[in-house]
Amino acid sequence: MLNCTKLVTVTGYINNLPTLSGSTLRLYKRPFNEAFEETPMLVAVLTYVGYGVLTLFGYLRDFMRQWKIEKCQNATEREEQKDFVPLYQDFENFYNRNLYMRIRDSWNRPICSVPGAKVDMMERVSHDYNWTFTYTGRVIKDIINMGSYNYLGFAQKAGTCQEAAAKVLSQYGAGVCSTRQEMGNLDKHEELEKLVARFLGVESAMAYGMGFATNSMNIPALVGKGCLILSDELNHASLVLGARLSGATIRIFKHNNMQSLEKLLKDAIVHGQPRTRRPWKKILILVEGIYSMEGSIVRLPEVIALKKKYKSYLYLDEAHSIGALGPSGRGVVEYFGLSPEDVDVMMGTFTKSFGAAGGYIGGKKELIDYLRTYSHSAVYATSLSPPVVEQIITSMKCIMGEDGTNVGKARVQQLAENTRYFRRRLKEMGFIIYGNEDSPVVPLMLYMPAKIGAFGREMLKRNIGVVVVGFPATPIIESRARFCLSAAHTKEMLDTALKEINEVGDLLQLKYSRHRLVPLLDRPFDETTYEETED
Amino acid sequence: WESFLPSQVLVQPVQLICLYAPAYHLILEGILILWIIRLLFSKTYKLQERSDLTPKEKEELIEEWQPEPLVPPVPKDHPALNYNVVSGPPTHIITVNGKECINFASFNFLGLLDNEKVKSAAQASLKKYGVGTCGPRGFYGTFDVHLELEERLAKFMRTEEAIIYSYGFATIASAIPAYSKRGDIVFVDEAACFAIQKGLQASRSNIKLFKHNDMADLERLLKEQETEDQKNPRKARVTRRFIVVEGLYMNTGDVCPLPELIKLKYKYKVRIFLEESLSFGVLGEHGRGITEHFGINIDDIDLISANMENSLASIGGFCCGRSFIIDHQRLSGQGYCFSASLPPLLAAAAIEALNIMEDNPDIFQTLRAKCERIHELLQGISGLKVVGESFSPALHLQLEESCGSRENDVKLLKRVVDYCMNSGIALTQARYLEKEEKCLPPPRTRTGQICIELDCCLGFLFPQIIRMSVLHYSDFTLDIQVLPLMALKPDWVTGLFQYGTNAVRGRMLNFGTGE
Repeated sequence: MLNCTKLVTVTGYINNLPTLSGSTLRLYKRPFNEAFEETPMLVAVLTYVGYGVLTLFGYLRDFMRQWKIEKCQNATEREEQKDFVPLYQDFENFYNRNLYMRIRDSWNRPICSVPGAKVDMMERVSHDYNWTFTYTGRVIKDIINMGSYNYLGFAQKAGTCQEAAAKVLSQYGAGVCSTRQEMGNLDKHEELEKLVARFLGVESAMAYGMGFATNSMNIPALVGKGCLILSDELNHASLVLGARLSGATIRIFKHNNMQSLEKLLKDAIVHGQPRTRRPWKKILILVEGIYSMEGSIVRLPEVIALKKKYKSYLYLDEAHSIGALGPSGRGVVEYFGLSPEDVDVMMGTFTKSFGAAGGYIGGKKELIDYLRTYSHSAVYATSLSPPVVEQIITSMKCIMGEDGTNVGKARVQQLAENTRYFRRRLKEMGFIIYGNEDSPVVPLMLYMPAKIGAFGREMLKRNIGVVVVGFPATPIIESRARFCLSAAHTKEMLDTALKEINEVGDLLQLKYSRHRLVPLLDRPFDETTYEETED
Repeated sequence: WESFLPSQVLVQPVQLICLYAPAYHLILEGILILWIIRLLFSKTYKLQERSDLTPKEKEELIEEWQPEPLVPPVPKDHPALNYNVVSGPPTHIITVNGKECINFASFNFLGLLDNEKVKSAAQASLKKYGVGTCGPRGFYGTFDVHLELEERLAKFMRTEEAIIYSYGFATIASAIPAYSKRGDIVFVDEAACFAIQKGLQASRSNIKLFKHNDMADLERLLKEQETEDQKNPRKARVTRRFIVVEGLYMNTGDVCPLPELIKLKYKYKVRIFLEESLSFGVLGEHGRGITEHFGINIDDIDLISANMENSLASIGGFCCGRSFIIDHQRLSGQGYCFSASLPPLLAAAAIEALNIMEDNPDIFQTLRAKCERIHELLQGISGLKVVGESFSPALHLQLEESCGSRENDVKLLKRVVDYCMNSGIALTQARYLEKEEKCLPPPRTRTGQICIELDCCLGFLFPQIIRMSVLHYSDFTLDIQVLPLMALKPDWVTGLFQYGTNAVRGRMLNFGTGE
């Protein structure tokens, strides 16, 4: 459907503009530039060699630990329970002990301020190669925060949102101590849900206490045995868990690959359920707005066209895209200029753009009524904390401009500008950057395992907090660093960050790009991706 | 010797055939051999090709297929569709649907929800950190308050380590699948709460249900497993076993026989996971839960999980135990790794709640005394019976006899709840997803019976209320905390009593006509 042959030089670097053919072209109202540059062969080989060396050393160290040449720092089983069946499998432990432990300091860094554009971090040191950490008591001030999902900069310790939340906190208290269906349905919750529905442009909405649980506890209410779930291969763990708990059959399509999705849809309807040969009761497609590890944006116009053609239902997880995309922050649906009516289940979280916590589901009134009655979360889980609800209400009103100011709109625009600028500059520097040019999630490829720790540490030395990710969150050779842009980042902050990234990039030789940008759909389509899980 | 060479043995008969058989015979045989070869190598049944659909047929099939609606319609009068709306704070006095009631419906056991100290701790945190954390624990979502709360919880529970989750439900539901995988065996009480059920489902382990609190039944299953293991020792060496129980059961209101469970644990080498959402901050001299209640070494329990949404009156949950076990969740607990961390203000509220619990250990005795008192007062209402332990802060009222169907029982109990609500007492009907709960067979004791949870929010302990009580009833010393209830007692209990009798009578009539 898409072919990318046209290479246009824009502002000094080579950019790919996919030319869309025929009917697909008409679906997009805006250019859709997404790139995943191929891993250079040499880099791939060296990465595998790197893992090989690490594994060999791991075995050597384990051997030494076994013979007590090296002290084993692992926590151990109680003496009384030594003859129980071992609690952990060997490989998992091996990986943690010998690979993860070497670079453990790049994660879980404790902070002690609001997670805004700049953040204060507690200094910690390890005297035993990351087995334990001690806090020096010093605070590293004003680290530029490129790691938090603070897209619209609503993580603030002062301002209207905080004031409103403080007021509600003193009135209502922090907790709720009951579930929605019992005695935990506060007037605040009702107010929030009406606002969310208005914000999304849907008939009705419902809010839940945790974004992860919104997926994992509501998908089982929607589909069950005899239903089919078609899930993107890179979907978030919560969607995967929800799909698994539902008891429906799950089939995986290639990431953002519409041919793969269409083939699965067609096969599913034509062949029906395996073994019984009955037709499927319903088919639910699970996609995310922005994929948090790839920085890609879902090809929503095509997904909707397919969903309509094959009469299936669409579940859109906007955890990262709500607030962060679209001219007025309404998410990926608005970004593509589509109608929210075409998406059956609009799911999203309040954690990211709204600087709060929890998740929501929006859609037709029948859907929400059904969820109010049958959602696991409404029946068994405590409802949202009132001050958190108030934070969402005020920040959402700010985005909608209902607070009488232009602040919200300006933030959405600022984020879009920051995103374009930051991505363009990184590409110019010669890094391999994945994803869509409009996605505020920016993955920078590191590939080699040793560079994961090195990049994280070097950046922290230069007072920049970044997120680095490796296996198992990514495929084994595709380790990466991830930047999350925020409307709160100023141009100066971004420039400082870019300068330092450039320096570290040279130091660690991270500039792999050969300016040969291969769009996703030009990856050969593999017919054998047809996967099925039993339950 | 030569005649014994294999070539000759083979060649000779062929030569003989060729010499003595007539030519047409040879030709026929030749054709037959070719025919056999052809049969061997050709597909006789072209099943595949014949069943292949033409693109046109496929399109027709796609055209034909009609899916079910995404969700079935919900009847407008479904009891769970229209929620009670609570305006204002859900403390011991709440406004439900515009009517002011005394709250017996929230799990605010220690009355910490509207505690001023807790609120001001949360306020201070809000001023410092804002509301959200904007990230999971791994990616700059770990705040110093989280570390402090984990340390405090571990210290309070006297375990090596604690780990916090941002949602109570997700705690045990994530903890179980972190350890128990496909092929492992979990022995679980059939009255286990829904979060445990979901955790088990996510783990895809082999689940064995034992009768509620029936240790003989559990031992029978363990023995069965032991004989099974002897048959296949290689498999048994890698099959992990767990017992999952609740301290104080949410669904039945009674406690698990922990000392017996510990004995079974060591006898059959099974690990114990304990869910303490109701018993944490309630049972035991210092509120440490069921282990303290029974005086059991906490290290004998492999993992304790509880939520911070009941006694602590915050949000979230935690697991505690030895570092060897707990630390594993930091990479394997799905709800921990993949979810944004707990908002700092809620962690700060939980820390302050822990401070209060540590500074006033007598609140647990007071709570217990109140629970026992109420339990006693509720005895003898005809038609309704109180189930569960006398010291359980969540009391369950259920119909002595079912009206015949679950639906009618629900309706009857709903009328009881509505009646109480009208007289200013907020109770709640325990809600279940009946369809879903059937994932695990419902406990026998509960079939056909519905409970009202009378969650005694006995939260009249802290300053302003006590002061008020002292002011009004300065003569009373011992019963000071029960006063509000004492004052309520006459019309409330008699009201229930009368209603109960009516209900029973009505039911008997129905029964009569039915028969």
